[in-house]
Amino acid sequence: MLNYTIRQLTAELAAKRVSSVEVAEFFLKRINTLGKALNAFISVDEEKTLAAAAAADRLIAAGKAGPLTGVPVAHKDIFCANGWKTTCGSKMLANFIAPYDAHVIEQFNAAGSVIAGKTNMDEFAMGSSNETSFFGPVRNPWNTETVPGGSSGGSAAAVAARLTPVATGTDTGGSIRQPAALTGICGLKPTYGVVSRYGMIAFASSLDQAGPFAKTAEDLALMLNAMAGFDARDSTSLQREGEDYTRDLVKPLAGLRVGLPREFFAEGMAPDVAKAIDEAIAQYKKLGCEMVEVSLPNMKLSVPVYYVLAPAEASSNLSRFDGVRYGHRAPEYSDLIDMYNKSRAQGFGAEVKRRILIGTYVLSHGYYDAYYIKAQKLRRLIAQDFTEAFKQCDVILGPTSPGTAFKIGEKSGDPVQMYLSDIYTIAVNLAGLPGMSLPCGFDSAKLPVGLQLIGNYFGEAKMLNVAHQYQLATDWHQRMPQGS
Amino acid sequence: MKWEVVIGLETHAQLSTRSKIFSGSSTAFGASPNSQASAVDIALPGVLPVLNKGAVERAIRFGLAVGAKIAPRSIFARKNYFYPDLPKGYQISQYELPVVQGGSLSVMVGDKEKTVRLTRAHLEEDAGKSLHEDFQGMSGIDLNRAGTPLLEIVTEPDMASAEEAVAYAKALHALVQWIGICDGNMQEGSFRCDANVSVRRPGEPLGTRCEIKNLNSFNFMEKAIQYEVRRQIELIEDGGKVVQETRLYDPDKDETRSMRSKEDAMDYRYFPDPDLLPLAITPAWIEQVRVNMYELPRERKKRYMDEFGLSAYDASILISDLDISNCFEGLLTKGPLDVNRNYANPKLSANWVIGQVARKRNDDDSSKAEFWILSATLGQLLKRIVDGTISEKIAKELFDVFWNEDKASGLCRGPEAVDQIIAANGLTQISDSGEIEKIVDTVLAANAQQVADYKSGKEKAFNSLVGQVMKATKGKANPAQVNDLLKKKLAG
Repeated sequence: MLNYTIRQLTAELAAKRVSSVEVAEFFLKRINTLGKALNAFISVDEEKTLAAAAAADRLIAAGKAGPLTGVPVAHKDIFCANGWKTTCGSKMLANFIAPYDAHVIEQFNAAGSVIAGKTNMDEFAMGSSNETSFFGPVRNPWNTETVPGGSSGGSAAAVAARLTPVATGTDTGGSIRQPAALTGICGLKPTYGVVSRYGMIAFASSLDQAGPFAKTAEDLALMLNAMAGFDARDSTSLQREGEDYTRDLVKPLAGLRVGLPREFFAEGMAPDVAKAIDEAIAQYKKLGCEMVEVSLPNMKLSVPVYYVLAPAEASSNLSRFDGVRYGHRAPEYSDLIDMYNKSRAQGFGAEVKRRILIGTYVLSHGYYDAYYIKAQKLRRLIAQDFTEAFKQCDVILGPTSPGTAFKIGEKSGDPVQMYLSDIYTIAVNLAGLPGMSLPCGFDSAKLPVGLQLIGNYFGEAKMLNVAHQYQLATDWHQRMPQGS
Repeated sequence: MKWEVVIGLETHAQLSTRSKIFSGSSTAFGASPNSQASAVDIALPGVLPVLNKGAVERAIRFGLAVGAKIAPRSIFARKNYFYPDLPKGYQISQYELPVVQGGSLSVMVGDKEKTVRLTRAHLEEDAGKSLHEDFQGMSGIDLNRAGTPLLEIVTEPDMASAEEAVAYAKALHALVQWIGICDGNMQEGSFRCDANVSVRRPGEPLGTRCEIKNLNSFNFMEKAIQYEVRRQIELIEDGGKVVQETRLYDPDKDETRSMRSKEDAMDYRYFPDPDLLPLAITPAWIEQVRVNMYELPRERKKRYMDEFGLSAYDASILISDLDISNCFEGLLTKGPLDVNRNYANPKLSANWVIGQVARKRNDDDSSKAEFWILSATLGQLLKRIVDGTISEKIAKELFDVFWNEDKASGLCRGPEAVDQIIAANGLTQISDSGEIEKIVDTVLAANAQQVADYKSGKEKAFNSLVGQVMKATKGKANPAQVNDLLKKKLAG
């Protein structure tokens, strides 16, 4: 059961060789032991999980099971789930019980899947190591002295350690792909607008996008089938015909043009990462792909552009956490302004405060044009680079992160070093493109290396095809951390 | 030393949509606190705004009504500030690209026409309310109003007196109701004005302005502006300087008080709301709105003047609100035909609507714009004047009877009631010249002094004699015949 994919698990469920309740009990046991050691979860509610599993069993018994019925899914604690504590990794919401379901939660509930629990994350999704969580850092199951990446570190660690078959995350600047890379699993960020943001606590609205974590590309496709789709409650949700993301998995790759951005390979990549990526490129050549050098000349601007735009939006998005209606309110205060000041000073952690301050600054009168407007213009240029590149290739390939998992505490004192760990992923969010990470090897310390694929707009099915064919030819995705 | 006054107005009109601008909650006034506040309205984590099409449609209507440019693409922006009645910590508004750009409104100031240019009108959401009563040292927050759609209508600094500002505000108030985008209820806060006031000596650049808030009636607006103008002039004449600030009008003391100075002004850090797409309005949508709109006041006014030869003043009263105008329109089809033309007698109808209907309605509680006579009934009354059945004096009395009795009963009677009442009360005009002649003779015989006065050149005496005849017939004698007969007899 440990290594079952969704198809294997649902086949077992359908054949009644195992019940959904038994599956849930199996994984809950792991969550409560290994999961505690890794600090992967913020909320576990056995009663709710088992009740959902029992409901799934009834669906299966009635012959009404769908492709995800009875499958445990761990959700990043950024998604509101009715009756569940939904903290966003923050003291501010440490006691907030969501009174409604996010669109993503609704979709999985409707598919009959079972909430395995709410996973740990960087506070308000601001971080690349899961160290900014109010609930403490998550440990990487490959080496518990290292970080799992962030901000969806809990979900990534949970899938990597087989605490749950699959999980959800969100990706604003790499928060799905980077932790997937650092924990040796697969994670996908869809095209902006493919998955509704309704009920997903906002960090940077124009960049945030939910996506799945799994062991295989095929599982990602099955997850995405459930998550994607128009939702009238999100004005940025795209109204398009539904698609089956598994439809192209089996297509052979012969003749596929794979773009290698010159800038990805120029400098900054750790040698072990570069070696693993080179081997992956060799593998794709064997599969009949044609390698094309492309250029993303403005990509170097993506980190500074991102650290203007994302904090700007965040500074406004996080204004609602004022202690008036819900969330943390300072126990003592002298007047209204004092209540705001103390509640927010106590409720937010250092990284969140840093970004609120940056965002407030760049939006201020006299600075707005120089920072926010300039950054928006550069954002357009970065997106245009990709449009040009996709004239020459079908999919772009490169590293997900410049290095592998780093030590807990190693970069937390140096925000710029921390921000640079998203250097290959951020441009994809700025352009609104789909991207994913899949495991492609290990460094000398036996820590996983992630391979990033970037698709054109709505190119998820093609990207998944490219990943799936690689996984048919390799076994990196089947490796699992020792001690798990 | 002479002073020039410069005034610009900003008006917040609550749009008459059933649901809020970014959520499905009801906008109805007066519900118990927070009973109309959804997850979106209270800004729970993770919720998102979805624009109400009806609010946009109303903004388009307004743009068409004032001849403005309706932006094919406009942007919603966040105005960031902290306040307990602002749940998200920002208000969704429009900043750099508003939906309605430019336009103008022509208003009558006394009997002069004045055009006030509009800068813009933009869509935004209303805030909730802080309740400072009943909570012993604490404040309550009612978010029922949070998210109610507003159209903020901003003028150029085109008004030069409190009188002009009030005339503009009244015309705007009538217009938003005319085009059905706002109920105009000032007591409930549906229509709220702020005034920017400055003074300068002729030929000088604009003076420093103050914004006056809390002008929740036309009366207060007039007094507040007058006070503020006096205050600024006295300040400057005493050697002081006007400081740019926001001032609150206190109607009890009839004065304005400083609320916050420009130095305290907040930096709202406007930026485009990433949760909402740019608002795109196609020419087809605008056209669809246009064809479903009433004829506009300015169009009607032009028609009344061009086709019926009404004066600008009369025409402007007839278009001062939609009910008055529709009453007049009703008379055009249901009233007496003009013998020389193929449509109804517009001048008689206009006189009646202005002199009787508008007056009568003003006498009633003017906050409730109710009509207690049907156009068809009034038309029948006018027909009976034109065909000589009743005198105008009797008709006016009957009009009051209809209005008062129908208001009391709550039921408006139809046109058939006119003839019934005339017959039942014997109000038919006396047009039999023999009968009138007899009465004229009697009056002449009994008023020898007036007859002598008239013959010696005192014209006034003639009117007195007419009055005597009318009195003797209880107002039923045909006045034209009385005049003719009297003149003939007195000449003879």
